[in-house]
Amino acid sequence: MSNFFNEMYDGGKVREPYARLEGWTRAMPAELRQMKQAEAEALFRRIGITFAVYGEGGDPDRLIPFDMFPRVFTQFEWRKLERGIKQRARALNAFLLDVYGRGEIVRAGKIPARLVYQNEAFERAVTGFVPPRGIYSHIVGIDLVRTGPDEFFVLEDNCRTPSGVSYMLENREIMMRMFPALFRESRIEPVDGYADALRRTLASVAPAKCDRDPTIAILTPGHFNSAYYEHSFLADLMGVELVEGADLFVEGGFVWMRTTEGPKKLDVIYRRIDDSFLDPLCFRPDSMLGVPGLMDVYRSGGVTITSAPGAGVADDKAIYTFVPEMIRFYLGEEPLLQNVPTWQCGKADDKKYVLEHLPELVVKEVHGSGGYGMLVGPKATKDQIEHFRLKIEEDPGNYIAQPTLALSTTPTFVEEGIAPRHVDLRPYCLVGENIELVPGGLTRVALTDGSLVVNSSQGGGVKDTWVLAE
Amino acid sequence: MILTVNHVTTYQYDAPMRSAVQSLRLFPSRFDGQRTVNWEVAVEGGVKGGSFRDGAGDRVEGWSVRGPVSEVTVAVAGQVETIDMAGVLRGHREVVSPFAYLRETTATWIDDALETLAQEAALGAEDALERAHRLSRAVAEAIVYKPGVTHAHTTAAEALALGEGVCQDHAHALIACARALEIPARYVSGYLFARDDGEPHEAAHAWAEIWVQGIGWIGFDAANECCPDGRYIRLGSGFDARDAAPIKGIALGTGEESLDVTVALESVQQ
Repeated sequence: MSNFFNEMYDGGKVREPYARLEGWTRAMPAELRQMKQAEAEALFRRIGITFAVYGEGGDPDRLIPFDMFPRVFTQFEWRKLERGIKQRARALNAFLLDVYGRGEIVRAGKIPARLVYQNEAFERAVTGFVPPRGIYSHIVGIDLVRTGPDEFFVLEDNCRTPSGVSYMLENREIMMRMFPALFRESRIEPVDGYADALRRTLASVAPAKCDRDPTIAILTPGHFNSAYYEHSFLADLMGVELVEGADLFVEGGFVWMRTTEGPKKLDVIYRRIDDSFLDPLCFRPDSMLGVPGLMDVYRSGGVTITSAPGAGVADDKAIYTFVPEMIRFYLGEEPLLQNVPTWQCGKADDKKYVLEHLPELVVKEVHGSGGYGMLVGPKATKDQIEHFRLKIEEDPGNYIAQPTLALSTTPTFVEEGIAPRHVDLRPYCLVGENIELVPGGLTRVALTDGSLVVNSSQGGGVKDTWVLAE
Repeated sequence: MILTVNHVTTYQYDAPMRSAVQSLRLFPSRFDGQRTVNWEVAVEGGVKGGSFRDGAGDRVEGWSVRGPVSEVTVAVAGQVETIDMAGVLRGHREVVSPFAYLRETTATWIDDALETLAQEAALGAEDALERAHRLSRAVAEAIVYKPGVTHAHTTAAEALALGEGVCQDHAHALIACARALEIPARYVSGYLFARDDGEPHEAAHAWAEIWVQGIGWIGFDAANECCPDGRYIRLGSGFDARDAAPIKGIALGTGEESLDVTVALESVQQ
């Protein structure tokens, strides 16, 4: 245990942000805790929040375990993270604007052309098009892990449609309902401004042709989608329509929404469907989820699509390696948040190193997500390691490897009482007229003892994330 | 040359459709080899939508037709003045990186035979331009022009195995061969004025463009064993035939679609 940073205990001493929680847990007898846990579960069930986080698939009706022990940051810690996250979000957007334009970063030899232009997520169809305010990724989810008091690493960037923000909001809501006293005693920064901030962000990127208060809608693939709850939840909170492709049509250079009072012009679409399903005329011709002709309207400036089609080229795991370079290239700044050292198996030297050190490394697929298709060397069996060796040999370009990070732990309620469990953090950065970040995010926790995989599909849970006010 | 184009495409549905939407890439490219004298594109009974020039320099225009729709007619009429540029796409403004055209598509999938054809053709070529010419010649020799043996979804590999095909197959095979040597290549759709006896004739055509370092994009028409000259009108480009299609459309409903196309090109006496 001692080689992992414990966010609450520094040896026998309680770290400052957790000072108040020490007494809170002591004063909570086991029966009360069990009762509260059951109450939390019942609340989650009643709300109906049962979905998998970002693209993880799995049973859409399964409840993700909620751990009542909050994860806490001081204002000082948060400010530092916030600066780093905003810096990264700015650089990622500058990169997208660049590679769909002149591609200066490629011309300058900072990123190989192949990684950008032959990337599956690179959409030739949007080259030369400048979206409103030049922003491609309006909601950037940045996955962070911590390994020490001042050591944070970015695990990955999510520039398309990162999900899980409804958990951030619901976790807080439920904690406040169950433990109102805790929130009276501590000054905790609120997160409930997220919906307003999101609405503001979306409205600020309305197309130039929109000359009134913009009409916004969330485009969902439908109720069978694992994140449907979040789509409808956000639509409700923002007071905007939740639509499916069949509710929309294009005419005269605009997108229209069918309503009981006749067609209504739509200005901003917060889409929660993948690029390839957006428009059968431009992408997959067999897609029934999108809107035929949508991309022509988008490219002629009649509607804004968030995140912009093509934004995915900034967040794959091969491009990730170059984000620090992007920060230097576009912003002329040094990265405030560190990347995890990454080996590209597509490079001969890197591949050699990876194959020689498989038992120590974490190996991931370049386009994988959700903790599937991933090897955690130190936890893997010999067979699993050999299996990965073959996969890497077969298609080296499809794999990257990273050292196994000593993820920090926070106290977590488990069967036997309270025990340290590994956590990560996904804050949601909004990029529009302003760059905003609500103080908090989604903390995911690996509930299995010793596990470093926090994905809900692999037995992970969620926690409320606190940022203490000064 | 001044070429007059009359191009009418009619989609008919055996049962009325709820609506139809189209994305048209039916406008002559702007480059040193072409000047548009006049040009009209209209979809009968349709509403014109957004129009823009994409990153590859192509003008794209959206159209929609409200239902019930039993027929959609796209009519193109105009005049273009052309100059023989020996295939060189000079003065064409675009922002897409040529490296974006190294992407594999279903139609341009590289199999062993295409790979071998490319490698052998390129052997001994002195420079990039000669290599491109050799690839084009190799494709022309490997695939004999024969209409009716291939269809819209035939891939480059299939056409090569067959040894026969039409301009679409030649273009796909040439793109695949270039890509096999990691040379960017793309599909171009347009018109070809092939008869100069004064009679209007079927003239929809397609060829490939190959990126030649130091020069830029150069057209190669393997089907006719030449580079595009004054008889060619260039409309637009893409990864393959589907991507570069002059008309992309969808009609919502249950009716079966049938298609009728007439393209007539005439040379104006000067």
